[in-house]
Amino acid sequence: MFVSCALFFIGVYGFLTRRNLITMLMSIELILNSVNINFVAFNKYLYADKLDGLFFTIFIITIAAAEAAVAIAIIINLYRNHKTIDVEETDVMKY
Amino acid sequence: MLSTSLIMLIPLLPLLTFAFIALVGRKYMPGFCGILATLSLLTSFILAATVAYDYFFLVGKVGDTYQQIIPFKMTWLQFSPNVSIDMGILLDPISVMMLVVVTLISLMVHFYSLGYMKGEERYATYYAFLGLFTFSMLGLVMSSNIFQIYIFWELVGVSSYLLIGYYFDKPSAVAASKKAFIVTRFADLGFLIGILILSFYAKTLDFQTLISTLTHPTDQLHSIMAASFLGCSALTWGLVLVFIGGAGKSAMFPLHIWLPDAMEGPTPVSALIHAATMVVAGVFLVARLFPVYAISCPQALGVVAWVGVASSFIAAIIACTQTDIKRVLAYSTMSQIGYMMFSLGVSRYGGEDGLGYMASMFHLFTHAMFKALLFLGAGSVIHYVHSNEMSDMGGLRKLMPVTHLTFLVACLAIAGIPPFAGFFSKEEILQAAFNSNKVIFGLAILTAAITAFYMFRLYFNIFWNKEYHAHHDAHDAHHGEAPGTMLLPLIFLGLLSVGAGFIPFGKLVTSDGKFLLTEFHPTFSIAPVLLAALGIVIAWSFYKKQSQAPQKMADGMSGLYQAAYHKFYIDEIYLFITKKVIFNLVGRPAAWIDRNIVDGFMNLLATITGTVSAVIKGMQSGKLQNYAAYFFAGVIGFVLIFIYMWT
Repeated sequence: MFVSCALFFIGVYGFLTRRNLITMLMSIELILNSVNINFVAFNKYLYADKLDGLFFTIFIITIAAAEAAVAIAIIINLYRNHKTIDVEETDVMKY
Repeated sequence: MLSTSLIMLIPLLPLLTFAFIALVGRKYMPGFCGILATLSLLTSFILAATVAYDYFFLVGKVGDTYQQIIPFKMTWLQFSPNVSIDMGILLDPISVMMLVVVTLISLMVHFYSLGYMKGEERYATYYAFLGLFTFSMLGLVMSSNIFQIYIFWELVGVSSYLLIGYYFDKPSAVAASKKAFIVTRFADLGFLIGILILSFYAKTLDFQTLISTLTHPTDQLHSIMAASFLGCSALTWGLVLVFIGGAGKSAMFPLHIWLPDAMEGPTPVSALIHAATMVVAGVFLVARLFPVYAISCPQALGVVAWVGVASSFIAAIIACTQTDIKRVLAYSTMSQIGYMMFSLGVSRYGGEDGLGYMASMFHLFTHAMFKALLFLGAGSVIHYVHSNEMSDMGGLRKLMPVTHLTFLVACLAIAGIPPFAGFFSKEEILQAAFNSNKVIFGLAILTAAITAFYMFRLYFNIFWNKEYHAHHDAHDAHHGEAPGTMLLPLIFLGLLSVGAGFIPFGKLVTSDGKFLLTEFHPTFSIAPVLLAALGIVIAWSFYKKQSQAPQKMADGMSGLYQAAYHKFYIDEIYLFITKKVIFNLVGRPAAWIDRNIVDGFMNLLATITGTVSAVIKGMQSGKLQNYAAYFFAGVIGFVLIFIYMWT
C-alpha cells in the first residue's frame, strides 16, 4: 500500500512538473501501475478467495497498452506539426 | 345527393389551383395559368350548382322544412368531451345559396380577368391569389364549427390583403391593403372574444349544438343570461362582439374606412370582394347565428338593425359626392350591405316575421349579381379610358355599346326599378322594415331614393354628359370596346340581373327552413319606385348634359357637401385617435418602458456576463499542466469534503 501510494504521487508529481510529453506519458503509466498494485493488494487482504481485483488489473494493463499507443500517435503528430514535444510551447488552445 | 368527396372538391379545387399555380405554374407556364384557374373554377361552379339543385329539390326537404345536413365532419382538436374544433361541411339553405353565389361570381371574375389582366407582369400570381380567396370564402360558408369559420375568416382577410396590395409598387395600394388588414383584424378581435364568450357558456363550438343550446331554455342559456357585465347579459355581449367582427368585414359604420381604399386592387378583385366574398361574410355570419340573435337576444339584433341603417344612409350620402367611379361603387356596396344588415335586424325568427331574414338573403343574392356587373362594367370603362375619375369620362355610350347596356341594367337593378332583380329584394326589405320600425323604414326609403340618384349620376356621367375626348388618339384608334372575355361575363351577369328577381326565394331560403309565402303588394311598392324614379329624373336633369346645376346645388349645401366629400372626416378622426391619442398615451410610455426597463435588464445581464468572463478567462491558458493541476486540486477538494461529511 505504501509502495502504491508513493508510486501514485511520484506519478502525479512527474505529470505536473515534467515538460516533455513522453515523460508525462511515463508518469501516467506510473499512476496506472500504482492503481494496479492497489487492486492486487486489496484483493489479497480483503477477498483472498476471489479473483476480481486480478481481473481488473489485467484489464487495466491491456487498456494502458492501448492508451500508450494512442498517446504516442498523438505525440508524433504534434511533433510533426510543431517540431517540439515540449508541453509548455503547445498552448495554442487558449482563449 | 352528390357524394361527400365531390362536395369537398368545391372548395378544394380553388385551393389546388392556388397551390399548383403558386408552386409550379407561375414559373413554367405563366400564360396557361389563367385558363387553368378558370376551368377549375368552372368545375367548382358546376358542382356547386348540382349540390344546390340536389339540396333544394331532392334531399334537403324533410316534410315542409329544409334540414341542415352535415355530409362530412372530422374532429381536429379535442379540448374536452364537448368542446372540439372540427373541420366539417354544413349544408343548409344559406350555405348552399352562398356556394352558388361565390362560385358563380368568382367564375365570372376569373373569366373576365383573362382579358382584363392580360399582359400583366404577375398574371399567374394574380390567379393564384384569386384561387386562395375563393377557397377561403367557400370554406367560410360551409363551416360547421364556429372556430372553423374563424379560421377561414382570417384566411379571407389575408387573401384580400394580398389582392388589394397586388400593385405593390404603388404606395397607395400598399397603404390600402395594410389599412384593410388592420381594420378587419381589429374587428376580428371582437369576433374572437365573442366566440370565446358564446362557447364558454354554451360549452361547444359546433354550430348546430351551439344554436340549439342557446335557443332552448337549457341550463347554459340561463347561465349566460344571468351572467351580466356593465348592465347587459353575457349573451348580448357575445353576440354584439360577434357582430363587430361581422361589421368589420362587412364595412359597417364606423369600421367601413378600409372599403373605399380597397379600390386600389385590380377592378375584378373589387368585384369579387364587393359582390360575393369579403363584405357579405359579415351578413352571412349574422345570418348563421340568426336563431340565437332572434330568439334569445333581440337587443343585439336591435344593434344590428341600427348600425345597418346608419351605414346604409351615411354611405349613400357620401356616394353622391365622390368623383372616383370605383369609390362611388364602394360606397354603394356599403349602403346595400347596410340594407342586408338592418333587414336581418328587423326580422324575427320563423313564420311571417321572418320576412326580413329571407329578404336579406334575397338581397344578398341579387346584389351579388348586379354589383359584380357594375364593377366589371366599371373595369371595362377604366380599361378603355385609363382613368378612374368621372371627369375624364362622358359620352361613352356609342363607343362601348355592350358595357353601356349592361351598366344601365345594373343601375336600374340597384335603383330598384321593376322588373329588375333589385326591385324584388328591396321591396321585401322595405316591407320588413315597415312592419317592424317606422323610423328605420323612413331612412331606408330615403336611402333608396338617394341610391337611385347617385347610381344614375354615375351612369350619366360616364355614358352621356359631354362628348368623349380621347386623350391618346393613336392609342384609342386600335383600341375597341373590350375583348370578348370581358364582354361575355357582362352580358351573362346582365341577364341574371334581370332574371334573378323572379326566383321564388321565399320557398327556398327562410329563417326556419319552412315555406314563407311572400305577398306582393303593388300599392306598397308605388312609393319606393316613385322615389327611385324621382332620383333618376333629378340625376338625368343634372348630368345628362353638362350643366351648372349640380355645382350650384353643391354650393347651396356647401357644408354638407364638403363634409360628405371628405367622407364625414371619419378617416381624420381615426388618424387623430391613433396618432395623437394612442401614440402619445400608450405608444410612447410603452416604448420608454421597452427601451429603458426591458432593454436595460437585458443589457445588465449581458454586461455582467461580459465582465465575469473577462475576469476568469485567464484561467484558460492552453497549458495542459495547469488544467491537470486544477483537476487534481478539484479531486482533492472533493475528497476533503467527503471525508468531512463522512465523519
